[in-house]
This record gives sequence, structure tokens and C-alpha cells, in this order.
Amino acid sequence: MATIGVPPHADAPAAPLTRRRRFGDPAFRWTTLVVSVGLVVMLALLLWVLADGGWRAIREFGLHFVIGRDWNPVAGRETYGALPFIFGTAVTSLIAMVLAMPIGVGVALFLNESGAGWIKNPLAVLVDLLAAIPSVVYGLWGLFVLVPLFDHTVEPWLSASVGKVPVLGGLFRYQGPGGDMFTAGVILAIMILPIVTAVTREVVSVVSTETREAAMALGATRYETIRLGVLPTARPGIVGAGMLGLGRALGETIAVALVIGNSTNISASLFKSGYTIPAVIANEFREATSAGVHRSALLFLALLLVLIALGMASVSRLLVRRTARLMGDDVAAQEEAASSTLGLA
Amino acid sequence: MSATVSTFEMPRTISSQRRTKDRLFSIALWASVVIALVPLLLIVYRVVRLGVAAISVNLFAHTALPASLPGGGLKQAFLGTAMIVGLAIAFSVPLGVLTGIFLAEYGSGRIAAVVRFTAEILLSIPSIVAGAFIWALVVVALGNFSALAAGIALTVLMWPIMARATEEVLRLVPTELREGGLALGYPRWRVIMRIVLPTAGAGVFTAIMLAVARGLGETAPVLLTALGNDFVSTNPLKPTDAVPLRVYNYAQSAYPAWRALAWGGALMLLVGVLVLSVTARMLSIRQQRRMR
Amino acid sequence: MREIDVSGLSAWFGSKQVLRDINLGIERGSATAIIGPSGCGKSTLIRCLNRMHEEVRGAHVEGKVLFDGEDIYDPRVDPVVIRRRIGMVFQKPNPFPTMSILENAIAGLKLLGRLPKADLQERGEQALRAAGLWEEVKDRLGEPGGRLSGGQQQRLCIARALAVEPDVLLMDEPASALDPASTLRIEELVTELKDRYTVVIVTHNMQQAARVADWTLFMLYGEVVEFGPTNKIFTTPEDQRTEDYVTGRFG
Repeated sequence: MATIGVPPHADAPAAPLTRRRRFGDPAFRWTTLVVSVGLVVMLALLLWVLADGGWRAIREFGLHFVIGRDWNPVAGRETYGALPFIFGTAVTSLIAMVLAMPIGVGVALFLNESGAGWIKNPLAVLVDLLAAIPSVVYGLWGLFVLVPLFDHTVEPWLSASVGKVPVLGGLFRYQGPGGDMFTAGVILAIMILPIVTAVTREVVSVVSTETREAAMALGATRYETIRLGVLPTARPGIVGAGMLGLGRALGETIAVALVIGNSTNISASLFKSGYTIPAVIANEFREATSAGVHRSALLFLALLLVLIALGMASVSRLLVRRTARLMGDDVAAQEEAASSTLGLA
Repeated sequence: MSATVSTFEMPRTISSQRRTKDRLFSIALWASVVIALVPLLLIVYRVVRLGVAAISVNLFAHTALPASLPGGGLKQAFLGTAMIVGLAIAFSVPLGVLTGIFLAEYGSGRIAAVVRFTAEILLSIPSIVAGAFIWALVVVALGNFSALAAGIALTVLMWPIMARATEEVLRLVPTELREGGLALGYPRWRVIMRIVLPTAGAGVFTAIMLAVARGLGETAPVLLTALGNDFVSTNPLKPTDAVPLRVYNYAQSAYPAWRALAWGGALMLLVGVLVLSVTARMLSIRQQRRMR
Repeated sequence: MREIDVSGLSAWFGSKQVLRDINLGIERGSATAIIGPSGCGKSTLIRCLNRMHEEVRGAHVEGKVLFDGEDIYDPRVDPVVIRRRIGMVFQKPNPFPTMSILENAIAGLKLLGRLPKADLQERGEQALRAAGLWEEVKDRLGEPGGRLSGGQQQRLCIARALAVEPDVLLMDEPASALDPASTLRIEELVTELKDRYTVVIVTHNMQQAARVADWTLFMLYGEVVEFGPTNKIFTTPEDQRTEDYVTGRFG
């Protein structure tokens, strides 16, 4: 009779809900854990596959692989010295950095200042769009627009002017038409600009208003505020931005392959055609499917490339964190800095 | 302050030197903006101008033909890209979302830190390395190039993007929502699947779009794994063509007809990637506004 | 004599008005406290005095602020010049993180021209003494500024502001982020400083105003409610609202 006051399920058996929950939650958590660890396993597998595949080339050629200048996959006269590719990769990336860093940091600082507000948002969108352009489109444009332009106008002019300067002028000796390292470097600069800008922006904004205001309150001009209040603290982060850009430049394949000329030279002139590690992998993989030394050589190059790129990414992450730590705002800054590399696949 | 050491007088205005430096600096900043924008405008202009000229029914309806025959198209490339990217989405979305859920919901331990670090540095992996990896693993194992291999190679690139983007989006969902669900008696996994994930819904969709925008335009991994094909292929285990790949090949050819098709393909890529990026951005702004 | 003369000052953040028609005269060599409940506009007011308010996007100011005979809001006046002569110390101590203690102290001086090193050192020492920090840091001038305690960092910021020999020192709740002992030190410092500088200090702590200031301004909803000698404000205020606030009936 007295049902009031009695809990509704007092007579019911132990709720099956409990049993279900004990299964559902751990299973779900376990699934996500396994998948996530799978990501780490994939990286390990990648490194292992490349190392395992590339081991033979090192065993046969040893140090000569890295310092030798002759690369000949023809059977019977095989020799694999990768110096031209290492050289080409280094030179084009360096050119890209020299061009992209000042401009990228400049754009980032511009976007961070007050004043000229109307241009800010559209500009930010445009820079992000630069990041989204596929590399083959850059390569196509580079091949049909930049190469002719540089061959007929820019390079002859530079050769005639800067090329006359003693010592340094040797870098700018015109070598005739065709793709070359300088053009490749310029294309790379355009391609890495957005990532340099994006990461620098995040880093500079983390250097929060208080340091900026401190400088302003002392009567600093805008230039002085940035030089005094922003850049010193942001410097590790900006170096980090540079490293990410450099990593991207080192690994870029298609656009470079289309404009660099693809010849195994090591020359003093930037206007000479060259070759990069990614480009040679892309161009020669077809002939290398049999398990020979050629394939091994290409895989070893890929391993070299990924170790450098991942190494730079790791150091970059550390540096960006260093800026945040200087501002004393550890956790929030980490999140912000990391997310900046995202929208920019 | 009383006694001063020197006769230095506190200036009442700014020296012209300081003013000049400030002005030069402003000019330098403006200049860098202009320099940054010029290539973008030039590229878009050229691609649109030459690409539009190649737009015709043929582009989509016809497959590749020898250069001497008129009327060739990129049909097999479009279909190939669809298949490859479709496979990549099928792999990377579940993998990426689950990883993202792990990082956002269970993400405070040592394992999560390692996963997060790995995902972040994988964002910087050169795409040709992803291609070389799958080439050495899958292509060699299967004995031939295939769309499947290309899909897997793209997954290598897209998985970390999906994971980090999903994590970011899930973190934006306020804790109160989770607590509300738990207080109602929902088990943890249900809170995530029924409450958190749907709330972040548009954000996850945005993450997918960003990942796809990346995968769509990649040439190098597809080059090393799918090889290319002049014909439409419906078999994922056979070599397939893809738009970026075809553009890459035609760009290096000597035939004007092929080059024109290359510009057409480039335009389609540009449009596809820009539409995805812009939509993703707009969705994410709307999502963030909703979260407030 | 009047150091700063404010007339008809109004300020906005975008379309939201935060200061309404402020009129105020600040005497040279005095310490003036600005008190009022949260959101009454005291920080905005003090930031208008060195033209920092307008640095926020969408911020907007109308009215006149006369300093040394000139309206600082005159279009021909460069805010950068004003800020050297009207210095500011902020609520959260903000020494430059990558600079040493001495470098922080002389940071403002370095902007002003090429001074010989000995000179800079001397002035840095004087500024640090004036801020009551010298004894504590004289043996470690090369250490990073960030390693000091909160109270010391704030005194370092005060030293940095004093090094450029301003006429006026604005202080926006300088002690509110500090522990009671440091707060007391800061208050003592203000009492010393007001002999040589004109100090304007925003505080949410009424007792602090009573201890430190000669004049007090009470604000409410962006308007001046009452302004007068500190004694009078706290013992025989004219406005009922002032009385309610200082007796703790609200705020």
C-alpha cells in the first residue's frame, strides 16, 4: 500500500547499466588509445622501412654516398654520390629562407599592429590562401612564367650588375636559359612565406600586450616598441618559425623539380641548373623498383630528408615554447602556437 | 633626480633620427605586404586566364588522348583523384577523429604527450617521404602501383592533420556540457559520442575539409604510389591517374594541347582547394561564435 | 599650479561610452588618487592622460587635456613625446623579460640618444635608488629582471619610468597584484615620490588612497562625482554617493 517514499527501483535487480558501463567506457578508451598509439607506430614504421631499405646503399658506398659527386644509376657503371642533391637542396632552401624570412616576419608584424585595420582581415585570408595553393600549380606557374622571366630579364640584369662585384659576383654569373637554382629558390620562398608568417604571428601575439605597453609608456615609437618590447622576447619563436619554413623548403618536390633544371651540377653560380633530393627521388623511382642499390640509394635519401625535416620540426616546437615561457604563460601559449601550424597543412 | 653626471638634457621632442627610423620601418612593413601579395595575384591571374580557356565539356568528359588527336580531356584524372581521395578520407577520418578524441578527452598522460608530439611533427613531414614510405611498403609488396597505395600515402599526411584539428575543436566544447552529461548518468563514452562530438560537429567537418584540401593537391605521394594511367580505372588495386599528377606530366610535355589541359587541371585544383579552405574558414568562424 | 587640466574629456570603446565629460585639475607636486567601484572608468581616465587609451582598436577620445600649456590631444602633438613626460606604471609588473635589472632600468634612456655607458649606469643607479630598489639589487644588476619577486619587479618598473625624468607619474593600481608587505613598500614610495613628481594613482583600495594621496577623485559610471582634498572626501564628503562609497555601503 505505502508506495510513496519507496525508491522506484528498490525491488529491481542490480541495474544492468552498471555492467554495461563497465564494459563500454574502457572499451572506448582503449580503442582511441590503440588508434592514437598507432600514429606513433606509423612513424616508427616509416623510419624503419626507409632505414631498412636504405641500408644497402650505405653499406656499399659508405661516406662516399654523402660526399661523392657522381650519381650514375646505369647498370654496370653504378655509382651513387649524392653531394649534388645535398648541395642543391641546401642552396635552394637557403635562398628561400633569405627571401622569405624578412618578408614573412614583416607581414606578421604588420598584421599584429593596430592601425590600418581594414586591410588586416583580407590580408590574413590572402596569406592563408597562398598556403593552400597546391605545389604543382606553383610549379606550373614557375615553369611557364617565372623561368622565362628570370631567364630573359632578371638573371641577365643581375649578372650584369651584381655579377661584376668581385668574389660575390661569381654567384650571379648568367648561365643561359633553362631552370636553375635561383628560380627554384624564389619559388620556394613564395611557398614557405605563409608558414613563416603564420607561426610568427602566433608567436608575436603571445608576447602579450603588457610588454608592448611597457615600451609605449616610456615614449617609444612604434618601431622602438617592436624592437624593444616584442622582438627580443619573440626571437626564439621567430627562429622556430624559420625552422618550420626551412623544413618545408627542404622537402618540397614538385615545384622545384619543374624549375630547377634537374642536372647534377655543383657550381658556384646560382643561375646554373641543379638538383635536389626530393626531385631525384621523384624522377628516378620508376627505374628503381627492383630491389637493387638504386632503390636503396633513393630510400636512404628519403630517410635523410625525413630525419632533417622532423628534427627541425621538433626544435622549432621547442623554440616556440621558449618564447611562451618567457612571457610566463606556458599552457595557453603552447596550445596557440601549436594550432598555428594546423590551418596551414 | 638631483645631480646628473653629464650635461645631457632630456629632450622635449623626438629626435628626427628616431622619427626617420620609425617611418622607414613602417614603409618596410608595407613593402613586405606588397611583395607578399604580388605572387599570389600573379599566380591566380595566370591560372584563371589560361585555365578558363581550357574549360570545356571535353575536359571532364574525355579521357587522355595522344597529343596529335584533338579533344583529349582529364576525365580519368578527375575520377582517379576522387577514388584516391575517397580512400584517403575513408582511412584518415576515423583514424584522425579517434586520435583527436583520445588527445582531447583522455589526453593528460605521458602517452598522450608522445602522441601529440608525434602528430605535431608529422605535420611537417615532406610529402615525398610519405610517398617513398608507401612505395617501399605497399607498392613493392603488392607488386604494382595502385590507387589504394596512393590513398594510404595520403592518409599518412592527412591523419595528423585530422587528429590535431579534431583535438582543437573538441577542446572548445565547454566542460559544463560534459559535466552535465555525466551528471545525468551517461557513461563517459556516451558523453563523448552523443554530446561532445555532435556539438563540435561543424568543427570536425571543418577539420575534414582542411585535410582534404591538403590531400587533393598533393602530387609527390601520388606519383610514387599510383603512377598514373591514361584510362579510367575502377580497380583500386591498379595504377590510377590523378589531377595533380596529370598536370605535372602535361606541364613537362612539348605539346600545346597538353599544356592547355595542364592549365585547365591546375585551375580545377585551385578552385577545389580554395573552395574547401574558404568554406572551412567560414564554418570555423561560425562555430567559434556559437561556442561563445 | 596646475600640472594637468582636463576639460570635457569623454572616451569610448567603439560605440560604448566609458567616460562622460570629465573636468579635473591636477596640482603639480601632489598625489591624486582616483577611486570608484569596478567599471567606473578610472583606468580609462588615467590612460587618457598619456594617450594610451587610443592604442586599443576602436577606442576614441574627445575633449581637452592641457599639460604644460598644450592640449595633448591636439592633432599636431605626437603621443610618443607625451609619454616620455607623462610616465606610467601598470597593474601587473611588466619588466622586459629578456633584459637584466640594470638594462630594464635604463631601457627608456637608451631610446633618447647615445649616452656614454658610465652615464647610463649612473642614471640607472639613481633611478633604482629613487624606487627604493638599489640596496636589494646592487650586487646583481646583471640578472634577468624576471627573476625578482612581484614587489621588486614593480619597483623596477617604477625605476624604469623614473629614469627618463618624467614630469608626471601615472600609476594604474600598482599594488593590486602584490602581497601586503610589497604594497606597503609601494605606498611608502609614492609618499616619497610626490615631492619631486606629480603622481596620479588609480586604486580600488580606499584606505590606500587615504594613506597616500593629497587629493582624491571619486568616479561613478564614467563621471566625476566628487573631487577634493583627501581628508574632506573621506570625512565630510558633499555628495551622498561619495559618502555611501567611502563608508562601504556599496562597491
